[in-house]
Amino acid sequence: MILYILCLVLFCVGLYCILRKRNIIKIIVGIIIAEYAVNLFFVLVGYRMEGRSPIYASDADILNMVDALPQAVVLTSIVIGLATTALLVALAMRIYGKYGTFDITKIRELRG
Amino acid sequence: MSKEREQGMSVIVKTITRLTVGLILLYGIYIVLHGHVSPGGGFAGGVIIALSFVHLMLAYGKDVALRKLPKSAISFFEGMGALLFLGLALLGFTGGYFFLNVLGKGEPFRLFSAGIIPLANIAISLKVGAGLFAIFVALVLLKPDAEEKR
Amino acid sequence: MTPEAQIIPFFVIIPLAGAFVTALVGKRLKALPDILGVMSTVGLLALSLVSVQLVRLSGVLVYSVGAWRPPVGIGMVLDGLASFMLVTVNVVAAIVVLFSVDYMKRFTSKWQFYSLFLLMLAGMNGVVVTGDLFNLFVFLEIASVASYALVAFGTEKQELEAAFKYAVMGTVASLFVLLGIVFLYSFTSTLNMADMALVLAAKGPSHIVLLVSVLFLMGFGLKAALVPFHAWLPDAHPSAPAPISAMLSGVLIKSLGVYALCRIFYNVIGMTPAVSSLFLFLGALSMVIGVFLAIGQWDLKRLLAYHSISQIGYVVLGLGLATPLGILGGLFHLFNHSVFKSLLFLNSGSLEHATGTRDLRKMGGLMQRMPVTGTTSLVASMSIAGIPPFNGFWSKLIIIIAAVEARRFGYAFWAVLASLLTLASFTKVMKYAFLGALRDKGRALAEAPVFMRCAMILLALICIGGGALLAPGIRDVFLTRAADVVLQGLRYGTEVFKRVG
Repeated sequence: MILYILCLVLFCVGLYCILRKRNIIKIIVGIIIAEYAVNLFFVLVGYRMEGRSPIYASDADILNMVDALPQAVVLTSIVIGLATTALLVALAMRIYGKYGTFDITKIRELRG
Repeated sequence: MSKEREQGMSVIVKTITRLTVGLILLYGIYIVLHGHVSPGGGFAGGVIIALSFVHLMLAYGKDVALRKLPKSAISFFEGMGALLFLGLALLGFTGGYFFLNVLGKGEPFRLFSAGIIPLANIAISLKVGAGLFAIFVALVLLKPDAEEKR
Repeated sequence: MTPEAQIIPFFVIIPLAGAFVTALVGKRLKALPDILGVMSTVGLLALSLVSVQLVRLSGVLVYSVGAWRPPVGIGMVLDGLASFMLVTVNVVAAIVVLFSVDYMKRFTSKWQFYSLFLLMLAGMNGVVVTGDLFNLFVFLEIASVASYALVAFGTEKQELEAAFKYAVMGTVASLFVLLGIVFLYSFTSTLNMADMALVLAAKGPSHIVLLVSVLFLMGFGLKAALVPFHAWLPDAHPSAPAPISAMLSGVLIKSLGVYALCRIFYNVIGMTPAVSSLFLFLGALSMVIGVFLAIGQWDLKRLLAYHSISQIGYVVLGLGLATPLGILGGLFHLFNHSVFKSLLFLNSGSLEHATGTRDLRKMGGLMQRMPVTGTTSLVASMSIAGIPPFNGFWSKLIIIIAAVEARRFGYAFWAVLASLLTLASFTKVMKYAFLGALRDKGRALAEAPVFMRCAMILLALICIGGGALLAPGIRDVFLTRAADVVLQGLRYGTEVFKRVG
């Protein structure tokens, strides 16, 4: 139970980074942390008591495995997170080239 | 020769890179090919293959790495991987369903088994490997561009 | 599985194949991206009209991907609501691609635009067609990431800033959606939407479902630009190139936001009076705040973006009434808004192409020089303001009548007020942009090129003829079917499982 709460605390830490930090790179790191927390939470949801890892072996016959579906799904989710992070970093570098700063309070041309 | 000696990192890093980069590539290919037998598969293997090229670029500088795998080859592999994956999925239509496993399944735990899954792993590893390396190349080539504009 | 269900995966295959082929060879063959883009979108439009006919004949169609039957495998479901959304998305996409054949000539790498555009279209079609919750999330992300890249397409200062803010907010919304999916999986131990409907109907209300409802409302509400999650829209939609603004405002916020809200809250979780009144409140808030913020705007595209927020408020208000007439009105307004908002954004693109500016104070008297743009803009403005006999009038009337019928007189009053303010706002647009005296620079202006004109005229024709969708014969085929799917609520689960093959 405490593991789940810690995962949600990690998600809140990431959310705090996104909301309160001024440097663009720190905002991106906040997104990465929050994404990591949600993926970890998903894998932990699949735990079964006294479960083994869901890998078939040719010699042994393993009966109680943890839930394999979250693991397959989290793989997809990690790839999506990677693509989003790559796009955000490319955008951040282009913004640095045009604006000359990474400070988000100074990048405010669009108003109203 | 002296220009290449100035780019990249120190001699120790370059020597070790020369010894290990081929092994890393081989390890990535192993993970891709055994994806249906042991953990790993297309995405993880593709990342390791991309990392071997990135390792080369970090140690030697971008000119050497781009000579080994030029930009046109990167975009070719990327597109080919995606189209190969879609083609495999469309192959399922011969059996009646999209993405059906039509090739022979064989016995479990052998290398040549599980129908289209190893081929799909190879296609994904091409796309992911080329894609990650392309992202890295794009970000590295973006840097002097960004600094010139200021 | 019946043979007719075979067409369902093609809604995703065709744009994906187009995107990959364009990415591979588009750089070398100059004419290929245009031809491939137009062919794929017109093909998709034809397929979506065929799908309406198929649903009329067979009811619900279910396709099991890879011959793994749901709930073990991923199922694709085509019912009245899905075919309605498919027609909406593909009509607008086909016409926007026609527009961008000429408009995107100012950018050098057209093949990149078409590749990303077709990926976004594949994502939107996938969200509508899929029957599995995590598959919906994957397609949602495909469409979102492609749209972040498309907003930044011109790489000017403002476009990059808007794209970054949109990307960060959109990613946070997707994280909320993923968290909701995780909680729902831990509660029901299945990811298939039909199976989830059955399990949730059996288990009844609980705290976890309440938490999941809040998370989904936050996540999908941001994608749909409901107030208070609307802050990204006024920056992102004006900065994008005009065809992308038309796609984003016209279909992306509907397919990813409103459709997902509708499907999940009506068919999977089940509509409760609490959620319904929340929809009503947020819808009314969006309606009023959107139109108040739009009145003071001088930037044409920013004004249109604020009006998008307002009109989406109408749609959510209609959906929140939870009566047959209300849902019919909400869905009809969704279709109408896609059509006339895309037309308005394409008009702004044509104006920008000719005059080079988006500021209303710098334009004037353009009706004399650009008659096609002016007339279609007049048609679209009258549609959005709700003037008979254009399509906007009918859908707004139905929503107001439904609100009065459900005894929500306060909401009906706000709806009428917002409609009047919309009329005032667009009178201002028409006066400053098209009527009045022509400025000096205006003398050298020319009308838009051929494809842009064709695209605008086609959308205007749909605006004029849109009221015909309410005629008794056509209404049963198209709109009533979609509304019935929404109204059946949790019986979606049993309907789908009856037809799994």
